[in-house]
Amino acid sequence: MTVAYHFAGRVALVTGGSHGIGSAVVAALADAGARVHFTYHTRSEEARARARREAPHPLTAHALDVRDPDAVDRLVREIAAREGRLDCLVNNAGVSRDLLLGEMADEDFDTVVDTNLLGSFHVIRAACRPMLRQRAGAIVNVSSVAGERPEAGQSNYAASKSGVNGLTRALAIELGPRGVRVNAVAPGIIPTTDQLTSKNARLLDGGVLDRIPLRRFGTLAEVAAAVLWLLSDAASYVTGTILQVGGGYRL
Amino acid sequence: MREGREVALVTGGSRGIGAAIAEHLAATGRAVALTWRVEREKAEAVVARIAAAGGTAAAFRADGADARGVTAAVDAAVARFGRLDVLVNNVGKVRDGVAAAMGTEWKDVLDTNLRTTFLFTRAAVRHMLRRRRGRIVNVTSIVGRNPGAAGQSNYVASKAAIHGFTRALAAELAPRGITVNAVAPGFILTDLSRPFLQARPEIVRAIPAGRFGELADVTALVEFLAGPRASYVTGEVIGVAGGLCL
Repeated sequence: MTVAYHFAGRVALVTGGSHGIGSAVVAALADAGARVHFTYHTRSEEARARARREAPHPLTAHALDVRDPDAVDRLVREIAAREGRLDCLVNNAGVSRDLLLGEMADEDFDTVVDTNLLGSFHVIRAACRPMLRQRAGAIVNVSSVAGERPEAGQSNYAASKSGVNGLTRALAIELGPRGVRVNAVAPGIIPTTDQLTSKNARLLDGGVLDRIPLRRFGTLAEVAAAVLWLLSDAASYVTGTILQVGGGYRL
Repeated sequence: MREGREVALVTGGSRGIGAAIAEHLAATGRAVALTWRVEREKAEAVVARIAAAGGTAAAFRADGADARGVTAAVDAAVARFGRLDVLVNNVGKVRDGVAAAMGTEWKDVLDTNLRTTFLFTRAAVRHMLRRRRGRIVNVTSIVGRNPGAAGQSNYVASKAAIHGFTRALAAELAPRGITVNAVAPGFILTDLSRPFLQARPEIVRAIPAGRFGELADVTALVEFLAGPRASYVTGEVIGVAGGLCL
């Protein structure tokens, strides 16, 4: 049996694709032959540079705040109309604002939950419409190990990510009969270029590697590989799963 | 007020599981503050029932859409009873719909279930931190862990999110003497659910215990988590669902 692990002719949308994990997923999908649309919120320069750099691959950057449901609907309709289909969605846009509960303002809670959880819902609601019409589609939500195993000071972030896990399981049940698969990856500690510095150094000092059986941090490429597998036909019978990519983090 | 009597605050205490928890915690000797949003008369009836049984209770209006009002209600309860030992976050609602066509139901359910839990917890923890002691019990749902039916993406996401909130706060507050747990009921018979559930024998057949849950099944678990014997239990999500794993 041959297993399709290529994306030629497939149309993919990746939110939060200008940097970090989203950017790695965008590059991997483009390399695999997908026509990739990605969104950015604040980092327009990086997004445009990326779209230019990857010029041989069909790659389009769009400004989007996933908290704005009308903007999400407009963009997804535009992509589906222009491409004639939508096959893959990666909900990656996310933020964190770690704070102790007593210091957490309403806005700190709302920003994190609205971007990570409400935003994921907005994009899925819009993207599942063309997928349901096609009776085919694959959705991957980028969650976090913090959804299951949070640290102190992450009550907003953990709520948003475990909410994403619940959303993933609930929609797998709802959309499965119509041919749309919904899964999540839960990355562990994955240094991104702009994170490599102080926070991870602090974690290393705190002995965090003792809680990671593989004794190292993960790479962006390792997360992207898991996302691509879940999006691909190789995972055609996989839905409703939360795949940890965390080196065994705190198992 | 008698010195040394524990005080519990139960949100959404005017009916159903919340009212049952309020009455049960009162029966175990705690003074109980319960909050209501719409059903003042039902809340006052719960207070009257507790008083008639020899207990102490008071009702406070609080709307999760009003952050300052939530804090004011918690502060008023503490002012009335002198302290706060137990918070039971019970407020919740359901508004099912398919995701592709879901509108205001999403934010309504998320705000009522998750954001209200955040607001009450933040307000209550300020009082608990002073005494380095407290018990927080979040009432969620078994579907937060094991969703069963299509059309509940908002409800499932909200309850799963409270599970994450529970675990993160448990890690944060354990060093300060405060435990945070969740109880996740399955199909429980209440005045509201009884007519629906009793007309659906196929649901009972899916429950390994062979019966629907009673309010007492839930209140017993809440009492355990709120009490001294659970002092080493924190960050747990405990199902009370007769073995139901949808």
